[in-house]
Amino acid sequence: MNISLVSVICYLLGIAALVGLNAVILVWLERKVAGHMQFRYGPMEVGPHGILQTLADGIKLVSKQLLIPDNADKPLFLLAPIVSLVPIFAAMIPIPFTETIQVWELNIGLLLIIALGLLNTLGILLAGWGSNNKYALLGGSRAVAQILAYKIPLLICIMTIIMMSGSYSLRDIALAQKDGWNILYQPVLFIVYIIAITLETNRSPFDFSEAESELVAGFHTEYSGMGFSLFFLAEYSYMLIAAALASILFLGGWQGPFLPGLAWTLIKTYGIICLMMWFRWTFPRVRIDQMLSFGWKVLLPISLINFLITAGVLAL
Amino acid sequence: MSKSVQPTYTLEKVSDENFALNLGPQHPGTHGVLRVILHMDGEYILQADPVLGYGHRMQEKIAEKMTYQQNLPYVSRMDYLGALSYNLAWVCAIERLCEFEVPERAQTIRVITTELNRISSHLLWWGAYLLDLGAFTPFLQAFADRELILDLLEYVTGSRLTYCYYRFGGLPSDVDDVFLTRVSDFIGGFRKKLPRYHALVTGNVIFEHRSKDVGVILPFDAASYGLSGPILRGSGIAYDVRKHEPYSGYESYEFTVPVDDTGDCMGRYNVRMEEINQSLNIIEQAVSNISDGPIQSKVPKILKPPVGEVAMAVETPRGELVIYIESDGSKKPNRVKYRVPSFANLSIFAKLARGQLLADALAVLGSMDMVIPEVDR
Repeated sequence: MNISLVSVICYLLGIAALVGLNAVILVWLERKVAGHMQFRYGPMEVGPHGILQTLADGIKLVSKQLLIPDNADKPLFLLAPIVSLVPIFAAMIPIPFTETIQVWELNIGLLLIIALGLLNTLGILLAGWGSNNKYALLGGSRAVAQILAYKIPLLICIMTIIMMSGSYSLRDIALAQKDGWNILYQPVLFIVYIIAITLETNRSPFDFSEAESELVAGFHTEYSGMGFSLFFLAEYSYMLIAAALASILFLGGWQGPFLPGLAWTLIKTYGIICLMMWFRWTFPRVRIDQMLSFGWKVLLPISLINFLITAGVLAL
Repeated sequence: MSKSVQPTYTLEKVSDENFALNLGPQHPGTHGVLRVILHMDGEYILQADPVLGYGHRMQEKIAEKMTYQQNLPYVSRMDYLGALSYNLAWVCAIERLCEFEVPERAQTIRVITTELNRISSHLLWWGAYLLDLGAFTPFLQAFADRELILDLLEYVTGSRLTYCYYRFGGLPSDVDDVFLTRVSDFIGGFRKKLPRYHALVTGNVIFEHRSKDVGVILPFDAASYGLSGPILRGSGIAYDVRKHEPYSGYESYEFTVPVDDTGDCMGRYNVRMEEINQSLNIIEQAVSNISDGPIQSKVPKILKPPVGEVAMAVETPRGELVIYIESDGSKKPNRVKYRVPSFANLSIFAKLARGQLLADALAVLGSMDMVIPEVDR
């Protein structure tokens, strides 16, 4: 593998474009989904059906003053959004969007994404601690408290899939589903996975670290302007990664009849994102202790039993 | 010289382990300018001290400085969600004091409009409570239906929120058949929509887990703290002013007082949802039985009530409102006292919040349906 400077720059530009475009579309999509669920249209003014609204909001946010509260831990406060955002660039390396569109085929791609996904929580914790705000601190500590409750079931989910396809490489996992998607064999696991990624991306009904009605805005209470929008970018990019992973692990990735590969990837990925939006605009928020006991007492046993049964069936 | 008032609360460091959290007056969970000082141990609340007065407007003093008519539109500014109930309480108090007759048609129209107002208030509570639990969509669903009620009330009263529709001895303007047909249409349509509310929220597992056994008020506590309205009825005490001290002809309508024995947020939720149903029943009966006739009895232009005192209790959407007026025979009242439901209902919050999680405390606050200007008045 020879890596030239040109290819690195091309990669960075490509991912930056993807992250930006994805956030623009997802913010717009979220507002549209929310609007139509609530008898209204959502953004309609800027561009056709308000598609450019996010761009206008983004420009406004960039032009805003970056406020740093008194007594905030300045380095941590400034570092937190960056810590949230930067791992995304690395986490997108091993994702195969089609058979040919992939930055780098890694044989441990899945592990890399899982490891980098944890850094999001670090960013939230830094923001909570660095803001010198009690609500932000509560939000940050909630993010850390919940991490084990969903990470372990999530990892067991992924281990089961790895066991079924015999590889850590995302491309191999997708190719192994040529004859039948994993969701057909593992429907329960798919549900566990969707719940876990909803938790991982801090989205309602599990948006504990934001929790508007309880913690004002949670970990990003003190952030404004660019810091705030970086957190937003990070949230929507993690959604993209989590949904892309779901489509590869359970829905066969880019494979599907009639349409080209990229179209299938986009349909599956954004379909799962729409599912997460549907949750957000329908459910009330779970209480954090209820969620923790749900994670430990329901998700973990289900995924473990599922793991054992799968192992047994595969051994036969 | 005035002595400086020492605050009983502190935001200083409480101890090494615990901290004080300032909830409000600008906080999305308190729906107004309520401020609560919370002493927290992690996510658990050790102590909650409500701090009132950010919306204090000297309502009682202002009422004593103005004539009875002048104060009429100002009363409803206290509870902007149940404005017509306040309007009704003020005119009924004066009518009781001066012994004015109110024509039957006027009384029926008062009942129709007040009950419509009650439904709109409960709808807003429904949305706001779900907002406190973290669900955003119900809020706008409720607003879409509340809008229909506001349109109806705007058609007859001329305003959409802080109404001033009743006058001493009657009404300023009559309703027409268009209004009555529209009300009937609304009731028919709304009855069809109510199951959707339950489908979206009531059966939801997350909602049940957040509401059941949260913020339980025992009947004894409910009575001794002077709670009223849906909170009292959610604790198993079937007290409703409309039933026990009927005014404005409520004795002639058939309706039940919904009660729930559980005393938790779910109980209060069920009571309010059933109250919407009962209000629809009342409006239906009123619309079908409305009689022709005058809407205003003869009252003197310059109102000088006889010397004496009067108390008038009215069931607002939030509970029992009592207006007490002491008249010295002049154009202005000598003393006015408002006993507002939200203020008494808030008094139990400190007890309920102790030992709760922050999320539960805000759910309890949401289930109490506070209107902060009413508390502060």
